[in-house]
Amino acid sequence: MAEQDGSAAPAPVAARAAQDVELYYRMKLVRAFEERVSRLHRQNKILGGVYSGAGQEALVVGICAPLEPGDFTAPLHRDLGVFLMRGVDPGRLMAQLMGKETGLSRGKDSFLHGGDIAHGVFGSSSMLGSSLPVACGAALKFKIKRERHIAVAFFGEGASSRGDVHEAMNFAGVQKLPVLFVCENNRYAYSTPFEKQTSIENIADRAAAYGFRGHVCPGNDLLAVVGLAERVIDSIRAGGGPGLIECKTYRWRGHSEHDPALYRDQEELLEWESRDPIPLFEFYLDKRGHDINRLRAETDEKVNTTIQAAVDFADRSPYPEPEEALEDLYVGQGAAPGAPSAAVNGRRPIR
Amino acid sequence: MVGALSGNLAMEATYLKAINQALHEEMARDENVFVMGEDVAELGGAFKVTEGLLTAFGEERVIDTPISESLIVGAGVGAAVLGMRPVVEMQFADFISCGFDQIVNTAATLSYRHGGKASCPMVVRAPSGAGVHGALFHSQNPEAWFTRVPGLKVVAPATAYDAKGLLKSAIRDDNPVIYFEHKRLYRSIKEDLPDGDFTVPLGKAEVRREGRDLSIITYGGTLHQSLDAARIVEKEDGLSVEVLDLRTLLPLDREAILATARRTGKVLVVHEDRLTGGIGGEIAAIVADEAFDYLDGPVRRLAALDTHVPFAPPLEEFVLPNTNKIVEAIRNLAAY
Repeated sequence: MAEQDGSAAPAPVAARAAQDVELYYRMKLVRAFEERVSRLHRQNKILGGVYSGAGQEALVVGICAPLEPGDFTAPLHRDLGVFLMRGVDPGRLMAQLMGKETGLSRGKDSFLHGGDIAHGVFGSSSMLGSSLPVACGAALKFKIKRERHIAVAFFGEGASSRGDVHEAMNFAGVQKLPVLFVCENNRYAYSTPFEKQTSIENIADRAAAYGFRGHVCPGNDLLAVVGLAERVIDSIRAGGGPGLIECKTYRWRGHSEHDPALYRDQEELLEWESRDPIPLFEFYLDKRGHDINRLRAETDEKVNTTIQAAVDFADRSPYPEPEEALEDLYVGQGAAPGAPSAAVNGRRPIR
Repeated sequence: MVGALSGNLAMEATYLKAINQALHEEMARDENVFVMGEDVAELGGAFKVTEGLLTAFGEERVIDTPISESLIVGAGVGAAVLGMRPVVEMQFADFISCGFDQIVNTAATLSYRHGGKASCPMVVRAPSGAGVHGALFHSQNPEAWFTRVPGLKVVAPATAYDAKGLLKSAIRDDNPVIYFEHKRLYRSIKEDLPDGDFTVPLGKAEVRREGRDLSIITYGGTLHQSLDAARIVEKEDGLSVEVLDLRTLLPLDREAILATARRTGKVLVVHEDRLTGGIGGEIAAIVADEAFDYLDGPVRRLAALDTHVPFAPPLEEFVLPNTNKIVEAIRNLAAY
């Protein structure tokens, strides 16, 4: 069975006031980014599907905090925070959401499907769970090349029902891959509640069936997530094989911005809104002796400046030219699908 | 089809051995190349295509996987995006349906959705084709599921030379390539291959036989039946038939298709994939669209009938194209 690791307060945090402030900034940045995106969607500046991760910031920030450059992450469609945590430029990210030429996919795909491999962020498809096999492949590369990197795949409890998730975890267990699976259990797969998705209480329990350890964690408690993530990631990096962390959390908004989520009990929403990860972390910062009012004001100003700059950059950026729809299909090739590729190797043989 | 080059020794190899040689040579040439699939390591593959690789390169680069086609392809993508060059195997092309999503949604769109800043140098090998009593789930020719997916390249070699040269090109290419190898050809054809490194470019068709009266456009398993049929009608009817081997199905070599159509004025497309939705329809459309003025007759297609590949020998023979059926189709079109 999965371990209940949540509330155990990790010791190493004692000596890291600066890091705490940084984590706080990151979590506030992700929250403000999410809120701005929702607003931009209402203003028709962001079109198409918008999937808010508001309320889930702590788990994204906490899991990514111990990662190093060169590690590989495959975020899911609600994980805007992973992009920001891995160092993707906020302006380019905002341009991506607006479909602009300067976005990660240069206007080709919407929302978070554009990735940034240079920052270790894989753009996942909409086939939820399909990025877990991909993360296994990245981890396989690290294993073959004896690199001390790890791969992290995020998935929802909804995607846990897909075969890809089973195939990936099974293979990761067999090969002892340096991969971390992170289940964001936010209780709903679109409208379908957890109880109708699986008959078990914890997705993390499944790890035992694949020969590695699963951990359950209160996903809105940044301190708990960071502490657990550091420990599990250290073990994976040291060659201890894969791990699974299930973060219990809640999706504040609907599946997408189009979804009023009327299938949910308002009491349930209220309960989870009161488990807001930001004030919880502020309590902690206060206990640590930070002047929280001052810190909040400074952080908000920094966050707002960053986000406004990102929005301005995206606003100023042009849409791509129509003909660019035919570009980037192949590496080493410009337009014209079906034309012989410039990337074709080799010479015509002498017969 | 003697491939001996000056100064090089000719070595006889089957189609299967040619693929095996390409894997050995590319793995020796580039340490980023690795092989992954069901039973590819200890067993050397269900058909022995990967035989000897485990001994030569070790278990880190020759990986037996569980029965998990989606994982096999998906992990290939993850490794490829970080610079590895995985050659992953579908044990039978029929099983590629289980890896379909990872191919068409994850791999094919990778460069596109990363703004051209990510590449997927992965080869998916898929033993395809009928005529070996494989019945419904070991006989399929699923190439047309992929030839309409931009972002992929699709090849289907028909000779040992091309099997080796195209696989090398596919491994060295920075895009995902689906490599259909025809099971019936594995041990039924042999050629002298030049010693040393050679490649066959992707996207280039090859005229296998020149002719004046009619063109057959084909690939893979039906190339040899088409060549046999061309010899028969030359001898018995005095017909001069040109045979174009497509070799690559995506991207199609449109120039070669149009050139042969314009040269002979009559086109018969032959493939073992079934008729409806097969690539023959696309070729017919290209010819009708861009070489209409040169045509002296309708573009005809000869393909597997629109059913599944059945087991009992009389059923299978009824469904699949063969030399006699091609001869008949040539005579009908020539008489038009």
